[in-house]
Amino acid sequence: MSELRLMKGNEAIAEAAIRYGVDGYFGYPITPQSEVMETLMDLRPWESTGMVVLQAESEIASINMMYGGAGCGKKVMTSSSSPGISLMQEGLSYLAGAELPCVVVNVVRGGPGLGTIQPAQSDYAQAVNGGGHGDYNLIVLAPSSVQEMADFVELAFELAFKYRNPAMILSDGMIGQMMEKVELKPQKTRMSNEEIAEKYPWATTGKPSSRERNIITSVELDPYAFERFNNKVQAKYKQMHKEDVRFEQFQCEDAEYLLVAYGSSARICQKSVQLLREKGIKAGLLRPITLFPFPGVELEKLAGQVKGMLAVELSAGQLVRDVRLAVNGKVPVEHFGRMGGVIHSPEEVVEALEKNFLKG
Amino acid sequence: MALEVKDIIKPENLVYAKTKLLTERMLHYCPGCTHGVVNKLIAEVIDELNIQEDTIGVTPVGCSVLLYNYIEIDWHEAAHGRAPAVGTGIKRLRPEKYVFTYQGDGDLAAIGTAETIHACNRGENMLMVFINNGIYGMTGGQMAPTTLEGMKASTCPFGRDVEHDGNPLNMTSIVATLPGTCYVTRQAAHTAPAVRKLKKALRKAFENQKDKKGTSFIEVVATCSSGWKMNPVQSNKWMEANMFPIYPLGDIKDV
Repeated sequence: MSELRLMKGNEAIAEAAIRYGVDGYFGYPITPQSEVMETLMDLRPWESTGMVVLQAESEIASINMMYGGAGCGKKVMTSSSSPGISLMQEGLSYLAGAELPCVVVNVVRGGPGLGTIQPAQSDYAQAVNGGGHGDYNLIVLAPSSVQEMADFVELAFELAFKYRNPAMILSDGMIGQMMEKVELKPQKTRMSNEEIAEKYPWATTGKPSSRERNIITSVELDPYAFERFNNKVQAKYKQMHKEDVRFEQFQCEDAEYLLVAYGSSARICQKSVQLLREKGIKAGLLRPITLFPFPGVELEKLAGQVKGMLAVELSAGQLVRDVRLAVNGKVPVEHFGRMGGVIHSPEEVVEALEKNFLKG
Repeated sequence: MALEVKDIIKPENLVYAKTKLLTERMLHYCPGCTHGVVNKLIAEVIDELNIQEDTIGVTPVGCSVLLYNYIEIDWHEAAHGRAPAVGTGIKRLRPEKYVFTYQGDGDLAAIGTAETIHACNRGENMLMVFINNGIYGMTGGQMAPTTLEGMKASTCPFGRDVEHDGNPLNMTSIVATLPGTCYVTRQAAHTAPAVRKLKKALRKAFENQKDKKGTSFIEVVATCSSGWKMNPVQSNKWMEANMFPIYPLGDIKDV
């Protein structure tokens, strides 16, 4: 049965993982996301659904435990925050190279370095560009509410398994820490080992005489064979752009100016659109839900309608690059953002739009 | 008239056969390398215990990265040093499977030190095989954490200077102190008796998993003729004279 609860975003992730039937969680404590593992350890899902929860010795270990579990065809996830996600990049590259599905939650905090524990969106470029070595991408989902923190666990796993590719839920300290009403879905049953062996013929389930051995690997020493592999992976990314782009539009129908923002910044920008409209300025908001695949086609369409776009993000300007690539010079694209854990107010966004497009 | 090979290999004349679980792939190891013998022994033990369908192996980065080409079981190829974490993920989610990791000295005792110690400390119910030849073979003979004092390598061309490079690291003795390990032994594979002892140790380690005893850890003191720049016979002699005093053979722990 589904259930209404008042929860933190981090707690919602943990609850949703158990209810979706995740098989394993491996993590390492870091603010502002430690509630994910704390909630899991408190709920003891190994006694109810059989889900494994393990605190690893580092983020490097947790992402490699994921590699082990994911290779067995299990649904595995981890969560961390920016510095910890940096440590996972090697493992993520291997997971992508071995074509393994898994879900990684990044509750972003301000960087660079140890930085701050306050919210930021400064890991955008790392998330959407793969992040580790080699030509690969993660599927990146950006929740902007506690409800979406819960819902995107399922969505992320569905997409990860559809494409056999790691998926990231790119959240931030604000969404992770804030409390909202959330509807939790009913409990699903975890897949049995027999179902896994049948549904995922690539998984290492122990080699029976009926099939060749399964090898989870990312190494290929023949450059021509490895180029063919790379082409295959790139084809998946193309397919994602065709089939799985998700976004939300807010008052775009008659918009003359467009705000582009995701996650917590999109929440703030909704209020900014309202304030701008009260001033007689026809503003709209496009919120990418999938940051990879990016809704570039939609932005290109809107470029034919609006006079300017403002990318609003809690960073020095990372999302803005994707917006500029999408509209390819058709309209001016400007950037506004605060950094270091500072969150912009709706009024600051209004001011930035006016300054960039309406004054002087 | 000389006897032809086809006459010699008649079934009735065979006293030894290729290990059943070894594939047809030609080994990529250098002549005299210890890896081939240990690979074969692992295949034999899995076959004799009849656990092929229930065994998942984890290969490292290093000379044995391609070990998955040689034994007919399911495999994961791990990132450098991370095999114990990968093995942990497999074993925790498939506890009924037999899981083993196979790593060299650079993989297990340098870049993967944290994963090694913590997997052993948690007592992950799996086998960790540690091939120690005191050198990085695949990358061309650089200094390893286990390189002996005075031993030459491409990154210590005048011999390991402990004041500059630190001391050889004895990982096997370290993990023996951890309560999570149930069986810690140091073996070799350079003579027939050594091979028999090593096989016995491998069998015991797989059986420990069935009994859920914790982590079994088997170091194999090994040679690297190419890296050491000696022929295989010289390598074995050098290993006996120089490696064994620092890495003495025998069981360190058997609970």
